[in-house]
Amino acid sequence: MQVGSSYLGEPIARVEDPRLLTGGGRYLDDLGQDAVELAVLRSPHAHARILDIDVSGAIDVPGLLAIYTYDDLSGPLAEPLPLLIPHPSISAGRTQYVLAKDEVNYVGEAIAVVVAENRYLAEDAAERIEVSYELLPPVVGLVAAREAQQLVHRDVEGNVAAHFVQQVGDAAAAIAAAPHRLSLELSVERSASTPLEGRGVLARWDTDSQRLRVWTSTQTATGVRAAIAARLGLDLGSVEVITPDVGGGFGVKIVHPWPEEVLVPMAARALGRAVKFTEDRREHFISSAHERAQLHEVEVGFDDEGHLLGLSVRFWHDNGAYLPYGLIVPIITSTQLLGPYKPAAYRVEFESLYTNTVIVTPYRGAGRPQGVFAMERTMDAIAAELGIDRAEVRARNFIQPEEMPYDHGLIFQDGRPLVYDSGDFPATLDKLKALVGWDEWPAYQAQARASGRKVGLGLACYVEGTGVGPYEGGHVQIETTGKVKVSTGLTSQGQGHQTAFAQIVADELGVAISDIEVVTGDTRRFPYAVGTFASRAAVMSGSAIALAARAARAKILRVAADALEAAAEDLEIVDGMVRVKGAPGNEIALGTVAVLSNPLRYAFDEASKAATQFAVGDPDLPPVAEDDEPGLEGKDYYSPLRSTFANGMHAVIVETDPDTAEVAILRYCVVHDCGTLINPRIVEGQIHGGVAQGVAGALYERMAYDESGQLQNASFMDFLMPYVSEVPERIEIDHLETRSPLNPLGIKGAGEAGVIPGAAVFASAISDAEGFQITAMPISPSELFELRRQHAANAAQKGTQP
Amino acid sequence: MKPPAFDYSRPETLEEAVGLLAELSSGGKVLAGGQSLLPILSMRLAAPEHLVDINRIAELDTISAGPDGVRLGALARHAAVERDPAVRSTQPLIPAALRQVAHPTIRNRGTTLGSIVHADPSGEMPAVLALLGGSVTAVSARGRRTISAAEFFLGPLESALGPDEIAVEAYFPALAVRSGTAFAEVSRRHGDYAVCGVAALVSVDQERRITSARAGYLSIASTPLVLDLTEAVLGRRCADDLSAAGRLARQLVEPDADIHASADYRRDLAGVLSDRVITEAARAAAGSGPGD
Amino acid sequence: MTEQLHEVGLTVNGAAYQAEVPARRLLSDFLRHDLRLTGTHVGCEHGVCGACTVLVDGVPMRSCLLLAVSVQGQHVTTVEGLAAPDGTLSAVQRAFQECHGLQCGFCTAGFLTTITAGLRQNPEPTIEQAREMIGGNLCRCTGYQNIVAAVLRAAEIGGGDAGGE
Ligand SMILES: Cc1cc2nc3c(=O)[nH]c(=O)nc-3n(C[C@H](O)[C@H](O)[C@H](O)COP(=O)(O)OP(=O)(O)OC[C@H]3O[C@@H](n4cnc5c(N)ncnc54)[C@H](O)[C@@H]3O)c2cc1C
Ligand code: FES
Ligand code: FES
Repeated sequence: MQVGSSYLGEPIARVEDPRLLTGGGRYLDDLGQDAVELAVLRSPHAHARILDIDVSGAIDVPGLLAIYTYDDLSGPLAEPLPLLIPHPSISAGRTQYVLAKDEVNYVGEAIAVVVAENRYLAEDAAERIEVSYELLPPVVGLVAAREAQQLVHRDVEGNVAAHFVQQVGDAAAAIAAAPHRLSLELSVERSASTPLEGRGVLARWDTDSQRLRVWTSTQTATGVRAAIAARLGLDLGSVEVITPDVGGGFGVKIVHPWPEEVLVPMAARALGRAVKFTEDRREHFISSAHERAQLHEVEVGFDDEGHLLGLSVRFWHDNGAYLPYGLIVPIITSTQLLGPYKPAAYRVEFESLYTNTVIVTPYRGAGRPQGVFAMERTMDAIAAELGIDRAEVRARNFIQPEEMPYDHGLIFQDGRPLVYDSGDFPATLDKLKALVGWDEWPAYQAQARASGRKVGLGLACYVEGTGVGPYEGGHVQIETTGKVKVSTGLTSQGQGHQTAFAQIVADELGVAISDIEVVTGDTRRFPYAVGTFASRAAVMSGSAIALAARAARAKILRVAADALEAAAEDLEIVDGMVRVKGAPGNEIALGTVAVLSNPLRYAFDEASKAATQFAVGDPDLPPVAEDDEPGLEGKDYYSPLRSTFANGMHAVIVETDPDTAEVAILRYCVVHDCGTLINPRIVEGQIHGGVAQGVAGALYERMAYDESGQLQNASFMDFLMPYVSEVPERIEIDHLETRSPLNPLGIKGAGEAGVIPGAAVFASAISDAEGFQITAMPISPSELFELRRQHAANAAQKGTQP
Repeated sequence: MKPPAFDYSRPETLEEAVGLLAELSSGGKVLAGGQSLLPILSMRLAAPEHLVDINRIAELDTISAGPDGVRLGALARHAAVERDPAVRSTQPLIPAALRQVAHPTIRNRGTTLGSIVHADPSGEMPAVLALLGGSVTAVSARGRRTISAAEFFLGPLESALGPDEIAVEAYFPALAVRSGTAFAEVSRRHGDYAVCGVAALVSVDQERRITSARAGYLSIASTPLVLDLTEAVLGRRCADDLSAAGRLARQLVEPDADIHASADYRRDLAGVLSDRVITEAARAAAGSGPGD
Repeated sequence: MTEQLHEVGLTVNGAAYQAEVPARRLLSDFLRHDLRLTGTHVGCEHGVCGACTVLVDGVPMRSCLLLAVSVQGQHVTTVEGLAAPDGTLSAVQRAFQECHGLQCGFCTAGFLTTITAGLRQNPEPTIEQAREMIGGNLCRCTGYQNIVAAVLRAAEIGGGDAGGE
């Protein structure tokens, strides 16, 4: 490969790695070694009124600097946290206070914070604060929330935060008239993002300049900045937010501001000391967001061939104690449930319900795993009902490539029409069938059964809206050294953005990767941004950076054309040199072009002499033309009309132990279409990680709340995040690259794909192995054992009935 | 998650350590590998006044295996015991069970005696000690005593050891002739505490007919549970159908439910695993010693 | 009542340190905040995730489950001590980059130390042994596929020399 000719699509090694591999990463708790530390006193009760907080026992703890409770807050700090994404369907939006005012609504809710010389001492003091409570009856789980015998918030009737309906056509009539009908009840339990690094915030208040600098382990630096400025009553210009290395996010770090993100800066300003909060693992379980719990009722009507005539879905979404992130998760379920299919009529209705548990906000996949579970279980049920091959039923309902762009007639999570931009679902399915050996399966299964083994093959398809707006920006600057500095506002949590974005710029500008530095999530470098979620970084910032690089390139060529006395069209940039095509030697280095782009009065080094006033410029023209700017840089924004839609299909082969009901994964196959691949190695890594989380959500992870609202498995000991022993030994991947027409690079997002069909594909495979339908996920061996007994008992009963 | 403050000593001799514990009366706590104690401290589930760190007491770092059995000092780390060839040949059940204790990194530091003293009903080694009819020797300023496994485990995380005592040795009887052992467990993730685990000890006569079949269970009762399953399989050979052992076990166990498993599932696992380990142990017994 | 401090002397990555720490100071905090060797990370502080794994006299251990005072007189190797003094990455480190064995990098130090010791014990692991070697470390990002590949690759390029001391 010629240097600088084409990096896009190359599986190059990551530029981030050497630093991270030698212990040179800078994660939140690695910073601020001089900082004093904050610990949080959290509610031990799921629902209680706070009668009194007595801090007197903590006062004499050595090293104690401050204790804050709600009574110490004033102004905007004393107001409830924002409801970040309002929606007209929200009838009762409730958000929490940074410190509980007079009521706590989940175990883990912050009641007081302690600042001390170090975390050990801060915890000592927090332990000595006495709180008296009047216990209130807790509402735990969707069934209790729906029954509403008890209320989470006194003034929220039925525990209903929002009620939402969307439809195209008359689904009820279509179902009623259909030759075949089925109804299904399907449920998914709570899980959580669980990055290996928890949340963390460090703040320094500069008394001299009256400015605040905050580092936070976030997925949105600009969002946190705006929130802090608003809460602390500071000008936006006085607050800087920097995202250090982030040890994983997966959604939970998009929520902002977390109470600590305001309390730490508040304490830093009050104490005039750097203050740090590093969340510990137990805190992460009981105070950072969860997701996934939903109950679904599906009614479907179909014809003899299995075509979907009418689909009606009602579901209940457990949003936890508060609603800071609005309805994003259930809205995504309600729309993305449709996947690659086109029912003739569709109606969806959901209620978002309060419970006395940790808040719910997007976790990688964000409502899609539940939606895909509901839809794909329905597809399998139709196939079983009609005795048609499961893949065939799906294929018959696919939107065809020639129907793209396909308008579902619904509104998506970004408030825009749900229109698929691209995708070739039949081709994807063909690839998957070939990869997993779909047609040979019946013979294999029969053979295995004959020898007493229980094996099952599962299939699940999904479509994922990625790269939602409103926008991202990019800035590309060529320095006089020839080095290229790139920045974008959104943040990175291990997705290799520095590498992928450098690949884009390297191609656009014809420079080597090693000459490019990419900075993300630093409001000093790029103050306008949205954040990293919804698999949007590559699409949004990738596109913006490509556009910014193109703007920079145009200027490079313009300035170089002048210097080389050639037409811009005749120039090319290769390996950091601008040269006249076909005229070897007639060239100028990018660094020199940068020098020339900035007319100078003062020469500060040898190179800059070339740009001083007696050296360059037409004396009859202003040194900087009226429509021009000094410097060699490009800045641009990308703001698409709509989301792009990636898609994929997974298949898994499992073997269930006839005695212990353990589930072993024999093969896992993925076919994936995320448009243009910037770096296939990074995309595959994303899929691997996603699949592992899919396995986790299907077979291992759940939040086990008891009736009193205590989270019984708030540790890595009992929350079963998979080790290597629990993930498939090999994940077989095939790609399809249908370019998105919506952006300059043809990219669709890849970040969440791997996890989305997890629950669906395992439920499908286990059902196939067991001969009965799995309707609730995740499933443990114990639950599978109980289901086997239940089905055996039912069968026996049927057998004895005449 | 940081431990509360405590005082700390690092004695170099057993005598010194025992003296300290006597002085501290019930405020002292022994720190061995710390692989169970430190998580407890970091979660602030316990707040001992004074930790007596025994890791410097060289005389406790012993592993010996002879004709009568295996003796492990208090500083014998799981990993060292697991790798010891003499231990393996004297009592193969020990390494077989140790391989299921946590992950190798934990085993590098955790002590086998510590896991016995910790008396977790989900621990592998308490069940092994109980099944084999071993014992624990403890030393205090009051003297030295040996406590049989049957009397050692009192309840979940509760042993017969006094607060002033240091367990200095665990004794596991050697594998007798024409006897075999086996170990199996089901855990949610590899390396986790088991949902159910069973160790088996089977003896056969010269005709390789089973004369005794006993099993030790973890995660099934509040202390390690030992069941004599002999009546179910007496006189049978390893190639026979031994599933009566599992059926009997299912009748005898009374497990509890928790977030990982229903009581019935655990009961069934106890049966399934009993079959597996009794069969495997019977096979090992039949293949060992004279009579072949 | 301020806490009593205890003397501890130990070697970290070949350099000798003498310090006074409270008894309850975890080795992980001692390394990270007293010695400012922040390459060792903590993901759980209860022994399950393995992010904090360091080598104590060459043997992998959880630094969150060790008291700093308890490591008196011993040699600790952290991720900062794995590359050669001139900065050349060890075979395991190189293999991680080549195989894309890390994403966010938070778990990485624990894997690198564990694998470094593992390959010293078993320089030519099979794929099953490679999986077993990393069986006690959690990673939320990679799905482990490329970490297993990196173990095998490190064995290949390291020729038995896993680096680190
Ligand atoms: C992630 C993880 C997974 C684990 N999984 C398992 C598992 O699957 N199975 C299992 O059995 N264990 C498991 N363990 C625990 C491990 O086996 C411990 O090593 C063991 O339980 C305790 O040994 P220790 O030497 O570390 O004891 P410590 O943690 O030092 O002590 C434990 C208790 O015993 C007391 N004690 C220890 N030694 C003595 C002594 N000689 N005299 C008097 N009192 C003493 C201590 O005071 C303390 O109360 C796991 C631990 C972790 C962190
Ligand atoms: S931090 Fe030590 S094992 Fe997780
Ligand atoms: S790379 Fe992020 S946890 Fe492993």
